[in-house]
Amino acid sequence: MMHYDIVVVGGGPAGMAAAVAAYDAGCTRVVILDREPQLGGILMQCIHNGFGLHKLGRELTGPEYADVYAQDVARRAIPVLTETTVTNITPDRVVTAQSRHGIVKLQAGAVILAMGCRERSRGALRICGTRPAGIYSAGTAQKLINCMGYHVGKRVVILGSGDIGLIMARRMTLEGAKVEAVCEVMPYSGGLTRNIVQCLEDFDIPLYLNTTVAQVHGQKRLEGVTIAQVDGQRRPIPETRRFIPCDTLLLSVGLIPENELTRAAGVPMDPITGGALVDEHCQTQIPGIFACGNVLQVHDLVDYVSEEAERAGAGAAAFVRGSALLNTSINTQPGNGVRYVLPQTITDTTRDVSLFFRVSHPMGKVRCTVRSGADLLTALPRPRVAPGEMERITVSPDLLRRAGDTITVEVEELP
Amino acid sequence: MTRELTCIICPKGCRLCVEGGDNRLTVRGNACPRGEQYAIAECTNPMRTVTAVLRVSNRYDTMVCVKTESPVPKAAMFAVMERLHQTTVTAPVSIGDIVMDDLFGSRIVVTKGAI
Amino acid sequence: MTYDVVIIGAGVIGGMLARELSRYELSVCLLERENDVSTGASRANSGIIHGGYDPVPGTLKAQLNTQGVELLFEAAKQLNVPHKRNGSMVCAFSPEDETLLQTLFERGQANHVPDLTLLSGEEARLLEPELSPAVTRVLHVPNAGIISPYELTIAAVGNAMDNGVALLRNFEVTSILWGREQFRVTAADGQVVSGRFLVNCAGGYSDRIAAMVGDTFFTILPRAGEYLLLDKAEGHRAHHTLFQCPTKEGKGILVSPTVHGNLLVGPTAVRVPTPDCTSTTPEGLAQSERLAAKSVPSIDFRQVITSFTGVRASTAGEDFILQPSPSVPGLIHAGAIDSPGLTCCVSIARYLTNLLSQQGLVLQEKADWDGTRPDPCAFRNLSDDEKDAYIKANPAFGKIVCRCETVSEGEILQAIRTNPGARDVDGVKRRTRSGMGRCQGGFCAPYVMELICAETGISMEQVTKCGGASRMVLGRIGTI
Repeated sequence: MMHYDIVVVGGGPAGMAAAVAAYDAGCTRVVILDREPQLGGILMQCIHNGFGLHKLGRELTGPEYADVYAQDVARRAIPVLTETTVTNITPDRVVTAQSRHGIVKLQAGAVILAMGCRERSRGALRICGTRPAGIYSAGTAQKLINCMGYHVGKRVVILGSGDIGLIMARRMTLEGAKVEAVCEVMPYSGGLTRNIVQCLEDFDIPLYLNTTVAQVHGQKRLEGVTIAQVDGQRRPIPETRRFIPCDTLLLSVGLIPENELTRAAGVPMDPITGGALVDEHCQTQIPGIFACGNVLQVHDLVDYVSEEAERAGAGAAAFVRGSALLNTSINTQPGNGVRYVLPQTITDTTRDVSLFFRVSHPMGKVRCTVRSGADLLTALPRPRVAPGEMERITVSPDLLRRAGDTITVEVEELP
Repeated sequence: MTRELTCIICPKGCRLCVEGGDNRLTVRGNACPRGEQYAIAECTNPMRTVTAVLRVSNRYDTMVCVKTESPVPKAAMFAVMERLHQTTVTAPVSIGDIVMDDLFGSRIVVTKGAI
Repeated sequence: MTYDVVIIGAGVIGGMLARELSRYELSVCLLERENDVSTGASRANSGIIHGGYDPVPGTLKAQLNTQGVELLFEAAKQLNVPHKRNGSMVCAFSPEDETLLQTLFERGQANHVPDLTLLSGEEARLLEPELSPAVTRVLHVPNAGIISPYELTIAAVGNAMDNGVALLRNFEVTSILWGREQFRVTAADGQVVSGRFLVNCAGGYSDRIAAMVGDTFFTILPRAGEYLLLDKAEGHRAHHTLFQCPTKEGKGILVSPTVHGNLLVGPTAVRVPTPDCTSTTPEGLAQSERLAAKSVPSIDFRQVITSFTGVRASTAGEDFILQPSPSVPGLIHAGAIDSPGLTCCVSIARYLTNLLSQQGLVLQEKADWDGTRPDPCAFRNLSDDEKDAYIKANPAFGKIVCRCETVSEGEILQAIRTNPGARDVDGVKRRTRSGMGRCQGGFCAPYVMELICAETGISMEQVTKCGGASRMVLGRIGTI
């Protein structure tokens, strides 16, 4: 068995930033394991620009953003085992992985989980009809087009207005396909506003809200879809059914953190985020196992993934060095208008702690508050909020010391 | 003239309101100076960055990613794509390499190479 | 060449017949209209090995079911097909249902089904804790089981091929001519195959094949059944296959574990115009869900990973049609193979072989027939140390392609190379489970496509999901 200070599972943006941060915090025996032939994760197929404005101060494409961190990894000579799939992690941090060279077992001082997420599939949505070719998740289509250079279809309907779906609407249009419609079952888009503007409005692609794909048609290749408006329970309204001929249906209906290894290791999970329960160092409830990036919570911007991963890397390095991560424990919880709050616990009240949260529905002018019981600790006004965008509010040590066992994050709509 | 816009410079998506005539436009709603620049450009000469992939003449299993180094006129996006479709590169190419010097006023720069 | 026997249809009946005939010194050709075997009713069904209490005594179904159960378990072992004798329960919810259970119990006795017992609701819930409290009485059928129907068909055809049977795919029969003691079977693309004997195992299309020689004595009335497949997280909800009391339309909605650890619920029973009506409907899926919850109220339907429709090749009559053509010598029809057709596949194959022999086919056993097939899942059952050694000798087994079901490149290559080799993405999926997990192929499909190209020498544009026009990609970018 090989021994490492830190084993990072996944070499996407989270894994790379975590490894670099851990190294810079003094843990030099770090290794990254990734199933793909190169570092970068899903960024390598995200050829569009818009990455890095917050974190790096310039606007990059996905592969360029990944390259910045891959170079950081290379400069530190952090070893990377590519085409290596982790198949098991134990609570005492033995990581089993498989590659063309065989099975390896690594004993880790700390493990950082950075496996990312996957797309929700058609089956989970129970879209009725036949099972022809031409139905892809948006990310699969993105890989076929951007990494392999193949067209997936000429007439396209997209279900779900998540960012990948919006990006693919533009991408396929620029490649010569006709995108007939983007259908969104919710009354609002789940994507970033800028993507609605740049990817749909620029190309006059209609976005139908409160609308779903009720049925798919075609025996061998997709021949069309029936779309329909939905009622309050998100069920299709029969009178609104409408057939759209198309050869391709892309699904962009949500991302699910890929936590099979995490669950198998026995790490307690948050049913709302689909990720582990963590403290502000991204440490899970199993000591020495950390989680960051989209495996912890689905982010809107990769910049925030990198930031979160740096906290995880520093936290893991501190754990390995044996500097006790303080265990003062304050629980956080979502209140009105908030779907979830991360981290779920705060252990260190001597430093600023940023709370990340998502609102439950779009709102206009709001005030985000952090309360301990009736005591208002801090508040942040926002001009408008949407579930597609992650919000953050920072709480200072003074305020944390004032807090009781539990603090609540709420959003109040202002007149 | 009055025009409502959503700023796309960064993910914040500020709602902008542009007012004024031919030679003087005023912008409201922007959180930063780049929003103002964007709104004025959007109402006079909208520009977009185009990203795409190129085939590699001596590799069958990989694509090279490129972007316009600076934004090109929005109206020229499809013309840019057409030119890029006619272009192949020969490996090795590296991130940062320039594959075309002037396409609608922008260089075409490699964002993912091929070894 | 002229084959001794030509079989139309590579479903579970045609496949098992091919394997049965491969025991003998015969040249046999199996014709399949699709790009893969097991694409019709044999792909999408409940995967149940029925105990044999249901068919009316004296029918072919009764006779072949009772014989078939043990023959199928034996074949499944030889062919290394996933199966399990988990037993079944038929549930009664009312006094009327209880009367029916008594009838089924008596039928089972008449059909010589072993070990049948009637249990009270409480006794049944001791064996099956999540069974609804509304269940008042249960017929317990310990000899029943579950099997993967498409893996069985693939294995049967593969074993037949290993023993010399030829498989022709994409052979859609359009005409059958008889003369000079032989049949000439022509396909849509003009290919011709000749044979001295012909067996019609065309499932939902068996009436159309029969009509090609003027036999119109039976008509298939296709009946669709919709199913929901749930994540392995729900697999523990049922250990037995749980039936409700049968009605005229079918055996009721069942709740069953699958051999792969998922939970299956369904099927509905709706007349459809043609056997290719494999669409799912909101009504059908809702009905499956509602009725399944009647047997097991605790099922979490948010865990559905996919839904599908299977179409049964039923007729107006109750029994299988297994008989020589009344008009042409040497032609045997196997039609109306609906439930319990899967259970009876080996006994039907033997019955058909016997009919062929009566028609004059000479059966001389081969000295070197091998009825076994290597386990395609051998690798995943190894220990870590054994895997390590195996990977060092076969590096492709180290590369994981499908992360949800942990399928390696080596297993996918094996599926493409082993008889009957996978030729499309669905074919790889049925053989390896790649793409069958939670992401439903989102990550692995592009990689699987590349492997199919590399192994079979076709281009990416020629790779299909399931043959024919089901192309996955339409061309290189920049070409449309």
